[in-house]
Amino acid sequence: MKKGFLNYFIPRIIQWLIVIFIGITVAFIIPRLSPVDPVETVLNKMTGYSVMNPEAVEELRESLQAMFGTEKNIFVQYGEFWLRLLKGDLGPSLTMFPVPVIDVILTSLPWSMFLLLTAIVIAWILGIFIGTITALNSKKKWAKILEGFVTFLYPIPHYILALVLLFLFAYLIPIFPLTGAYGMGITPQFNMQFLFQIIKHSFLPALSIILVSLGWRALSQKALVSNLLSSDFMKYAKIGGVPKQTRFFYLISNSALPQVTDLALSLGTVFSGSLIVEVVFSYPGLGQVLQSAILQGDYNTMIGIVTFSIIAIATASLILDLLYPLLDPRIRRS
Amino acid sequence: MKIRSFANFIKHDKNMMFSIILLSITLVMILIGVFSKYDPSQYFLFPKSEPPSRSNIMGTTSLGQDTFLTLAKALPNSLLIGSMAAVISRILAVFLGTFGGYKGGKTDGVISVIAESFIVIPRLPLLILIAFTFKQQLNILSMGFILAILDWGWPSKRYRSQILSLKEREFTQNAKFSGMGDVEIILKEFMPFLIPYIIVDIISGIIWAIGMETTLSVLGLFDLEIPTVGTMIYWANYHNAIYRGIWWWWGFPVIFLIITIFGLYLLSASLQNYLDPQTRIQRIKVSKEEVKE
Repeated sequence: MKKGFLNYFIPRIIQWLIVIFIGITVAFIIPRLSPVDPVETVLNKMTGYSVMNPEAVEELRESLQAMFGTEKNIFVQYGEFWLRLLKGDLGPSLTMFPVPVIDVILTSLPWSMFLLLTAIVIAWILGIFIGTITALNSKKKWAKILEGFVTFLYPIPHYILALVLLFLFAYLIPIFPLTGAYGMGITPQFNMQFLFQIIKHSFLPALSIILVSLGWRALSQKALVSNLLSSDFMKYAKIGGVPKQTRFFYLISNSALPQVTDLALSLGTVFSGSLIVEVVFSYPGLGQVLQSAILQGDYNTMIGIVTFSIIAIATASLILDLLYPLLDPRIRRS
Repeated sequence: MKIRSFANFIKHDKNMMFSIILLSITLVMILIGVFSKYDPSQYFLFPKSEPPSRSNIMGTTSLGQDTFLTLAKALPNSLLIGSMAAVISRILAVFLGTFGGYKGGKTDGVISVIAESFIVIPRLPLLILIAFTFKQQLNILSMGFILAILDWGWPSKRYRSQILSLKEREFTQNAKFSGMGDVEIILKEFMPFLIPYIIVDIISGIIWAIGMETTLSVLGLFDLEIPTVGTMIYWANYHNAIYRGIWWWWGFPVIFLIITIFGLYLLSASLQNYLDPQTRIQRIKVSKEEVKE
């Protein structure tokens, strides 16, 4: 029994390590392929914005050289990069020098997590629900309209959908606020009013993520359920007089498992989408940090976010993979 | 005969019909863009921020450009980037997927693990880092290439599983025993099976790449002088077009982007349906019944 478990876990953990290794290596190599010296470019850009005293500039140059270490051997640099990473050190933020990048990420992370987790859970459940009912009623007109609607939304890029929603429901018909995570001048506190503010502000960003992810979930669920409906065990269950609710449960439990695996694989895409949605709605999450890093040429923060998001998404998808045997009785027993 | 069966096919497939309508709108726009001599980088040829009128059917931008003609120039560029990214990434995917699937063993293991990694990794942050690093070198060609490097994971996985099943068929053994080399078997025996899937895949690749190009351009990570749908929206945002009520500046690019993307999506969906063996059998039955009538 134990051997079966190990056979399931070990390849996945190895895969996780490889994903992180490849991602981090790419994030390390790219800045070094730059045709211009990153240290000088960043320094010019930083000092161009504001007048800094010479000591601060020198300090900045030192930290940049430690980051990009242009004079050292590339393998030594690579080793040092990993050592710093293992200590959780992503270097200092350049625009908020000397605040560490990891602190900048951690302050904005709760907002991103809140938005992303809510959106993923709602989209997953709703997608499975819509997929199942459209497959069960595939001849009915309303099911066709519903399917057409999710099919239409699915290929639209996150940015475009978010922009259209922002225009429609925040500018043209101002039901929802334009930007931010809570109203201006409101101090965060725990009461119903503040909670309502947060929900109101994150509604449109969450909706943009949900609507796009919904399409794929519903379409794949419909295909899965259609296959299940024509399978032998469902036919026997129907002939044998198994009640309708039980058969519905059979359908869901048999189709939800492949959807868990699929969710693990699609996390990266949803995460990318949520970053750009946060930019559109000026939501104070990682996306906003990334956008301001682009605008101000904060290379350290950008590399930090790339590294962090690769590790985070790989780990999240590993956790989903490891949960899989708990959900699937066939793997659990073997 | 072939034309008739194609016409028959369209009649039965509403997706295809709708996609042809949408894509012909895009095509007209592209043709206008290719043949017009308008230069979008010439600012202030027209009055600023005019709403749609008879002389400028989609209005003018705050930079004094004609929105319609700028969009007609931008749309082909966006599509070109998308197609290039899709074609390059699929070539890469075909090469790696078929090679790994055919060889099996360790080679296959290594390629699959790398492909899997490229599927899991969140691509937008990485793309932003790449585009930011090479911002001075960004043009239509390099943008297509950058997008291509990150989009070969899924397709290579699909081609690999196709090859794994083709490899077990009898004709592969026949080819082997008659002395064909590995490369020859892949090119001559397997490719004919793969090509239809590759075509569908290229279309879905274009959709992804256009979306990503737009996203990167909106963030300012592209040569902003090149008109694309993304850079048009970037300049509209830069001049606060949404809050100033200049909806035609960003609205028309968005509408045409959605028309193009949805048209392409329907095309790929209906081609996929056409290739699916189960529906193919149904279709043959239907057309036979029609012949009888």
